[in-house]
Amino acid sequence: MPTALELEQRIEAAIPGARAEVQTADEVHFSARVVAAEFAGLSRIQQHRLVYGVFEDGELGSAIHALSLKTETP
Amino acid sequence: MNETENTLRETIAGAIKDHDVLLFMKGTPEQPQCGFSARTVAALESLGAPFAAIDVLPDPRIRQELSALSNWPTVPQLFVGGELVGGCDIVTEMFESGELAHALGLDAAAEAPGDAPGGEFEQGAPPIQIENRLA
Repeated sequence: MPTALELEQRIEAAIPGARAEVQTADEVHFSARVVAAEFAGLSRIQQHRLVYGVFEDGELGSAIHALSLKTETP
Repeated sequence: MNETENTLRETIAGAIKDHDVLLFMKGTPEQPQCGFSARTVAALESLGAPFAAIDVLPDPRIRQELSALSNWPTVPQLFVGGELVGGCDIVTEMFESGELAHALGLDAAAEAPGDAPGGEFEQGAPPIQIENRLA
């Protein structure tokens, strides 16, 4: 089962300069706060798509049941 | 891609175009079948925003075609003026910051005197059903 730390590392590795704080109570449902300069000028929809896109491929993505997101610029 | 899927996608696209505020959700505004849909409905209703709703549960192809059209993986999805605004997280965040009222053109109404919060909200447009042409 994925851990919050794995999700944080994956997000931070995929989005340069991003800082992610991920929480989970059951390791299936996650909530993440992501701060990234890359979000500047993007709509919230586009910001969230960027983060969802990190998990589109691979095992981690299919193990995550739900990811609640809050995105911000630094 | 066969013809029925094309037709369904066109029907969804048409509904998005025809309704100023349209929510794709699980269940109905009266009886949401998912916590995220319920929270999104609650945000719209607490602003007194009239909205149309489409239940995606009756046919899995509705959700499939919707996501293909909107490039957004989850339900609910709120469209305003034909544009995807977001799902539950974004709508909730925008509700709390006041941006949702602004996006819905409700700023003036929200500040109008006598418009007591918690008052009876205006009933939204009745939920529309996507005509099922696939049976």
